[in-house]
Amino acid sequence: MAGKIDDYLAKLERTRVWRSVFRGGTGSSTLRRALAIQQNVFLHLFSTKVRRRMLRFNATWYLGTLTLGTFLILVTTGILLMLYYRPAVPQAYADVKDLQFVVSSGLFLRNLHRWAAHTMVLLAFAHLFRVFYRGAYRPPREFNWVIGIVLLMITLLLSYTGYLLPWDQLAYWAITVGSNISATVPVIGEKVRFLMLGGHQVNANALLRFYVLHCVILPLAAVLFIAVHFWHIRKDGGLYVRQSEPVREPAKEDESVELEKV
Amino acid sequence: MAEEKKTTRPETEQEISRRSFFTKMGLGSLGIASAGTLAFAYRFLSPNVLYEASPIVNAGQAESYEVNSVTLHVKSAIYLVRLPEGFFSMSAICTHLGCMTAWKQDLGIIACPCHGSHFSREGKKLAGPAPKPLPWLKTWLSDDGDLMVDRSIVIHPLQFLRI
Repeated sequence: MAGKIDDYLAKLERTRVWRSVFRGGTGSSTLRRALAIQQNVFLHLFSTKVRRRMLRFNATWYLGTLTLGTFLILVTTGILLMLYYRPAVPQAYADVKDLQFVVSSGLFLRNLHRWAAHTMVLLAFAHLFRVFYRGAYRPPREFNWVIGIVLLMITLLLSYTGYLLPWDQLAYWAITVGSNISATVPVIGEKVRFLMLGGHQVNANALLRFYVLHCVILPLAAVLFIAVHFWHIRKDGGLYVRQSEPVREPAKEDESVELEKV
Repeated sequence: MAEEKKTTRPETEQEISRRSFFTKMGLGSLGIASAGTLAFAYRFLSPNVLYEASPIVNAGQAESYEVNSVTLHVKSAIYLVRLPEGFFSMSAICTHLGCMTAWKQDLGIIACPCHGSHFSREGKKLAGPAPKPLPWLKTWLSDDGDLMVDRSIVIHPLQFLRI
């Protein structure tokens, strides 16, 4: 039975359609493995080969990957929440209540979105501290640190813009206070606040602007910078590992040669 | 031959080459287009019509306020105060970060729930992070005997409206 399935799969992989979709295909040779990474639109951002010790939990605690994980949860749950939420003053609050009490699994999705958002901010900060205290921000990785700071700002702005959308008292006054903080910027502060809210008060325009920022502009910016962030890991010679750290598997470490910059 | 080159060279350096001419033209027009885009974006993002409440509020008949009373109008975010000296109105928006304050009858103060600023009945700052006292607003009596308040006009404090 298993042999039959293997035969069928092998035949499938030889078909013209399959070969046109997965150009490189898989295989056990070093070249085939490298091509499988390099020729994939998503994976080509990464190194074709990595040192084994870079992938150990101890090296990074996987904090960056976990941050990406929460971001993917947020994108998925966020898109689903958008199906029931209308960013208009008469509907916004009621729609959120409907999500909680009327829509099947709505409460689960909303809570997942909220908790993932909190977790993402926490993980982003943890990642930043981890990188800082290990000195992984130093050359040649200094520009990737800068991109990381931009991503932290985008994360905080996503948090802030999402905070208004439930349109309850907490949201209203938090955005009132936050927008008044931005108004304290010298000279242009009042103008910044006016453009941000689309008016003098937190009102319909502010809700719509924050919605567009939260659901379109900031996520697109985040995806763009995440891609550059990952690509830079490869360009900067892979993840940072301290030279002084003991290598647990020296034989296998030598086996995977340092990857060339493709 | 070598001398000839030396004499002709400075001339060609002063002339603008075709390449640099087009580069300058390109960068210049790009700059103009960017400035235009910025101006366009700024104008587009500033709403020309705002559906916000009028700054002028009708606070009702003057006789409906008792002497020594402080009344908060939640919707318009103003206090209407009647003291023995007369009437006045004040913004109820905290001067710190814009939260709505509340009148505490038992303590005789105005308090902000967000960051704990305290104000006196006349709007004077008593405690907290608020940088300024609560502003007094222009108040007058309409022909119908209603108290009118213009929230966009701040007046100096202690200008009571005597009726």
